Amino acid sequence: MLTYAIKRLFGAIPTLLILVTIAFFLIRLAPGGPFDDEREIPAEIKANLERVYHLDEPLIQQFGRYVLALAQGDFGPSFKYKDYTVTELIWGGFPVSLRIGGIAILLAIAIGAGLGTLAALRQNSRLDYTVMGFAMTGIAIPNFVMAPLLTLVLGVHLKLLPAGGWGGGAVRNMILPIVALALPHIAYISRLMRGSMVEVLRSNYIRTARAKGLPERLTILRHALRAALLPVVSYLGPATAGIITGSVVIEQIFGIPGIGRYFVQGALNRDYTLVLGVVVFYGVLIVLFNLLVDLLYGLLDPKVRYD
Amino acid sequence: MSASAIQPILRVRDLAVHFPVRVGGLFGRWKPLKAVDGVSFDIMAGETLGIVGESGCGKSTLGRAVLRLIPATAGQVVWLGDDLLTLEPDDMRRRRRDLQIVFQDPLAALDPRMTVGDIVAEPLVTFHPDLGGDEVRRRVRDMVAKVGLSPEMINRYPHEFSGGQCQRIGVARAMILRPKLIVCDEPVSALDVSIQAQIINLLMALQREFGLSLIFISHNLSVVRHISHRVLVLYLGRVAELAPRDELFARPRHPYTQALMAAAPVPDPRRERQKLRARLEGDPPSPLDPPSGCTFRTRCARATEVCATAMPGLETVGPDGAAAQHHVACYHWRDGFRNK
Ligand SMILES: Nc1ncnc2c1ncn2[C@@H]1O[C@H](COP(=O)(O)OP(=O)(O)OP(=O)(O)O)[C@@H](O)[C@H]1O
Ligand code: SF4
Ligand SMILES: [Mg+2]
Repeated sequence: MLTYAIKRLFGAIPTLLILVTIAFFLIRLAPGGPFDDEREIPAEIKANLERVYHLDEPLIQQFGRYVLALAQGDFGPSFKYKDYTVTELIWGGFPVSLRIGGIAILLAIAIGAGLGTLAALRQNSRLDYTVMGFAMTGIAIPNFVMAPLLTLVLGVHLKLLPAGGWGGGAVRNMILPIVALALPHIAYISRLMRGSMVEVLRSNYIRTARAKGLPERLTILRHALRAALLPVVSYLGPATAGIITGSVVIEQIFGIPGIGRYFVQGALNRDYTLVLGVVVFYGVLIVLFNLLVDLLYGLLDPKVRYD
Repeated sequence: MSASAIQPILRVRDLAVHFPVRVGGLFGRWKPLKAVDGVSFDIMAGETLGIVGESGCGKSTLGRAVLRLIPATAGQVVWLGDDLLTLEPDDMRRRRRDLQIVFQDPLAALDPRMTVGDIVAEPLVTFHPDLGGDEVRRRVRDMVAKVGLSPEMINRYPHEFSGGQCQRIGVARAMILRPKLIVCDEPVSALDVSIQAQIINLLMALQREFGLSLIFISHNLSVVRHISHRVLVLYLGRVAELAPRDELFARPRHPYTQALMAAAPVPDPRRERQKLRARLEGDPPSPLDPPSGCTFRTRCARATEVCATAMPGLETVGPDGAAAQHHVACYHWRDGFRNK
């Protein structure tokens, strides 16, 4: 299994390289540059700056320089936050993003799997229809609509929770962004879970478990749950990607100092290195998570062999 | 088999299983599909009752309803004096120690995420939580050896075994609690012919050793003939004929039984004298929309007007001997048999 993991990690290098290439040239396609501020700066200072950051070199040379540095783990300096390297900015924002995103995904799994199982056990009951109705709504409403809606109702009108801001990581401040981030995934996972649970409950070995005289609760926990969780586990790969892209929007809306906000700001400011750094970081994160999912899959399904 | 002297351990009376099926699309109505419709029989201790019939005639449904693995619509299943169908779920669960089942698809019946040892041990641990781990392992190994597998195999997963081996695991799992009755739902249909014989012989050996009763479901007449003491012929969820094995195969009375035998590839000199038997043509009618009267009349060469009037009841063929245990549901059973 270890060799498998290592093999997979090396296999990810070309993927990341392609990612970097596309991102690098794509952001250069955008008009303007990091130093075209609204505030005019003298032409020679600008030229000086560009020389310091090698922006005067041919694009392909800049690309080579960037990839070489990247290979040594150097994300370069930020063009806008001039006293920081991109690495420092990412490590500064990551704990915040991780907290929001991690809790959101754990909530999504726990609540989604729970609701889905309940709906499956009470198939075609009112509870089932309610859960599935909620799920359809949750999937249909995008988070950039859900987030302002939540803020408006719970934050502005009812004044139950802060409408935005980080508050130094206070629980009150985290609730709305986490809920907004988790909702579509709760919805999706509960649908997924209901479907697979209904299927599993019909399978022969569940009938066997009942025939053995196992109490219903044990039949579900011991035999049905692990099998029914498989599709949810496969969904975790896309879900992480979804949480990451979601966090870009959510952090912006709620004003949370995470990586997602740096990404947006970086893109708006043409802070090339910052944007690229975040892209690479996200890429690595998704690769790692997909590997984790595959390893987890093996634990849940003895038929999976790593070789 | 002089089983008739003993009290039956299982008495099934007028058992019915109707599935609500939606007919006619989105706004259609629910219609009952009578998969099992008024079936009655007894089983003695140590006896094997074979159940035969074409695909879709309700054999599996009957077997599962008897064990209350699916809900019955009506009827009684009296097990050692208690009606299983009206027991509280917990009381029913306790009875499952004595009532086990072996399924047709041996691999699908085993949880793919459990080792064979855990699969076989689970009923034991459920019903004897006080047993120590060593004792559980010992009994599992004994049982696994008894069904002809090597005890070293218990740490492997089901997908590593062949179909025949999986069915042995299924039998070991069913046998570990020393049940009194096992429903075998086509336990060998998915297996190679040579493996079939091994599993059948295993079941018969276990039955001799432990004196258990079997309900043996199959669409294969020769297998049923080999293993059964008595045979029940099912057609569209109803009993067409029920008789001791030798009596049934020597003197089948129901046109459907006769047709089944004519269709079965069994070398049998007596078959020569049954040339007049009708061939079994076409598929059985839909159980959603069965013919009026005798449900077999659409395929019966002997059908007359009376057959369309009402469903014929079970009649006993003779006053004594095997004939007294021979029951048939046909208006014209006397006309059809010209063997004597
Ligand atoms: N859950 C269900 N819902 C609706 N109809 C069902 C259900 N289960 C079985 N049936 C129907 O009941 C009838 C009897 O099915 P059953 O599986 O008992 O037949 P069988 O004799 O075991 O057939 P086979 O030899 O193919 O196993 C069939 O027409 C089948 O379509
Ligand atoms: S009752 Fe009539 S239709 Fe039915 S089996 Fe007998 S002869 Fe055939
Ligand atoms: Mg069947």
